[in-house]
Amino acid sequence: MSQFTLNLIVIGASFALYIGIAIWTRAGSTAEFYAANRGVSPVMNGMATAADWMSAASFISMAGILAFGGYDTSAYLMGWTGGYVLLAMLLAPYLRKFGKFTVPEFIGDRFYSQTARIIGVICLLIISITYVIGQMTGVGVTFSRYLEVSSSTGLWIGAALVFVYAVLGGMKGITYTQVAQYVVLIIAYTIPAMFIALQLTGHVLPQTGLFGTHDASGLKFLAKLDQVVTDLGFRSYTGHHGSMLDMVLFTMALMIGTAGLPHVIIRFFTVPKVADARKSAGWALVFIALLYTVAPAVGSMSRFNLTATMWPGAETGETFSQPAVSLSDIETREDLHWMRNWQLTGLLNWEDKNGDGLIQYYSEAGAATNEPLAAVIAEQGLQGNELTTVNNDIMVLANPEIANLPAWVIAIVAAGGLAAALSTAAGLLLAISGAVSHDLIKGAINPGISEKGELLAARISMGVSILVATILGLNPPGFAAQTVALAFGLAASSIFPVLMMGIFSTRMNKEGAIAGMLAGVIATLVYIFTYKGWFFISGTNMLPDTADAWLLGISPASFGTVGALINFVVAYLVAQATKEPPAEVRELVESIRVPRGAGAAQAH
Amino acid sequence: MSDRQSSNAYWQANLKLIWLCMIIWAVVSYGFGIILRPVLAGISVGGTDLGFWFAQQGSILVFIVLIFFYAWRMNKLDAEHGVDE
Repeated sequence: MSQFTLNLIVIGASFALYIGIAIWTRAGSTAEFYAANRGVSPVMNGMATAADWMSAASFISMAGILAFGGYDTSAYLMGWTGGYVLLAMLLAPYLRKFGKFTVPEFIGDRFYSQTARIIGVICLLIISITYVIGQMTGVGVTFSRYLEVSSSTGLWIGAALVFVYAVLGGMKGITYTQVAQYVVLIIAYTIPAMFIALQLTGHVLPQTGLFGTHDASGLKFLAKLDQVVTDLGFRSYTGHHGSMLDMVLFTMALMIGTAGLPHVIIRFFTVPKVADARKSAGWALVFIALLYTVAPAVGSMSRFNLTATMWPGAETGETFSQPAVSLSDIETREDLHWMRNWQLTGLLNWEDKNGDGLIQYYSEAGAATNEPLAAVIAEQGLQGNELTTVNNDIMVLANPEIANLPAWVIAIVAAGGLAAALSTAAGLLLAISGAVSHDLIKGAINPGISEKGELLAARISMGVSILVATILGLNPPGFAAQTVALAFGLAASSIFPVLMMGIFSTRMNKEGAIAGMLAGVIATLVYIFTYKGWFFISGTNMLPDTADAWLLGISPASFGTVGALINFVVAYLVAQATKEPPAEVRELVESIRVPRGAGAAQAH
Repeated sequence: MSDRQSSNAYWQANLKLIWLCMIIWAVVSYGFGIILRPVLAGISVGGTDLGFWFAQQGSILVFIVLIFFYAWRMNKLDAEHGVDE
């Protein structure tokens, strides 16, 4: 059976499963559409949250970022998991007790202000739309690579699938589809990782293999990797090479940004009780950790495999003890077929600059300070690094091929990439449609709308959101590539602080919350635009986007932490200078702090 | 009024527990994983040092334990203060 047929069967089967689940879990009321009737068990919700959270970026890109960044990129691992501790302790249980449907709705009720609610809606829309474009492009790319259709055809197929199960099932359908998608994506991620860990270190578990011994050389794997990459002039894998302050702030921005993402928060509205919301956050992190503790092994081991492919001597002994891989080997050897495959996609490329028939891979920047490397360069007459393109993303996508795994593993990886992108897209689309139908239509434009009318409005806004996301996915605007800076920066500087103050301070009032949100968001956006260009239009940045030009070395992606601090300080000062919130709001805060009573149906 | 007093005591106990967990949360990630890594460089773990382990694996495991610990303690607190469901 050809690889294409196999891919088609596996991906087709996974899609049939998602549609089957959607038909079985149709939503009949707004409570089902927005919150799955609050009947999802904590473990199931944990699994759905894990799929909701782990996007194309987690599945496809993160291991590649770790592969080439090493220790310096640990912020992604700590930041994208540590946020769940904040969710479990600072937000999820209280918002579940509040017992309504959307994040802006809490902001509006707690701060007795339509303005605050609308600011919440605007932040939610910017965050979720930025995020969803990345997922849609991820769907298109995966389709075009594995099913030999054009990227735009793939995008429309993905959109049609999401349309079926999200519009039909709402939160209820999305929840159970996400559970299935989690199972698909975790299998797809773990199997190749286990094979590779076994080949290199003899450990079946990638988590222990990472800190185990490299079989071929007898050295500890990470020590061996450090040695091989530094021989070639690259920065050591385990060392720290950047600013400590920026790493701390970036980790913090990812943590509080994660806790402030509306599509993640609303998942905790679906469990029956407050105690379940706490427990469910723990389960979510367990399921997320199954991927996040494997990712560093996938990153480091695929980096090693790639390097050892380019310098066959590195596998057992000295990096330069054998000549580099030859051009004719790349073109003819069966086990190097993946290089030719990925060259076609443009994600991998090479060029024999000095015409010696060998492809030498090294760091030009590192050559100046590395004498043995400089000697090799002089001796072999090298004209520059000859592995000219290595895209981060191939570290996961090409992994099974690099390790020569069977064809069915490749098909599962394709289905896993699609599951990761589709599950996150569906969660985001639900957050978007909830904000439109519940906060804008029912909350502001037509408060008298009937239950049936609102359910229809929710379905229509879901359909329109999918259409908009697809069109934006076909023509991604400049801001789509800036998900980390924009979405996490906004969630960190606006939504997280306002929710936290709404729960932990009875004194925080409408004026403080609005001033805080505006100050946090504007400061963060201005900082990002200063270095990335106004509205991400290239050439309009006022300062170069380099570490030297950043204020105190703080990168635009880390600035969400500073924005959050600004939000807290401004909100506190303004609240002190203005009058206390009314008594009923204080009552509301007292009531969300105790779990009793959450099970009772809320008047709606 | 006794209701309010009880829920105040409950809230104070909750805040104390949150502070404890947040301190551990910060120490393992920002502390051991980043700022204190040079101090811990002498302790080797699997070809690198303890700080690297915390940054890439240890802190995630501690986070999981922290959440379940918090959920377990809060269930007890809920029952003790009569605010459970």
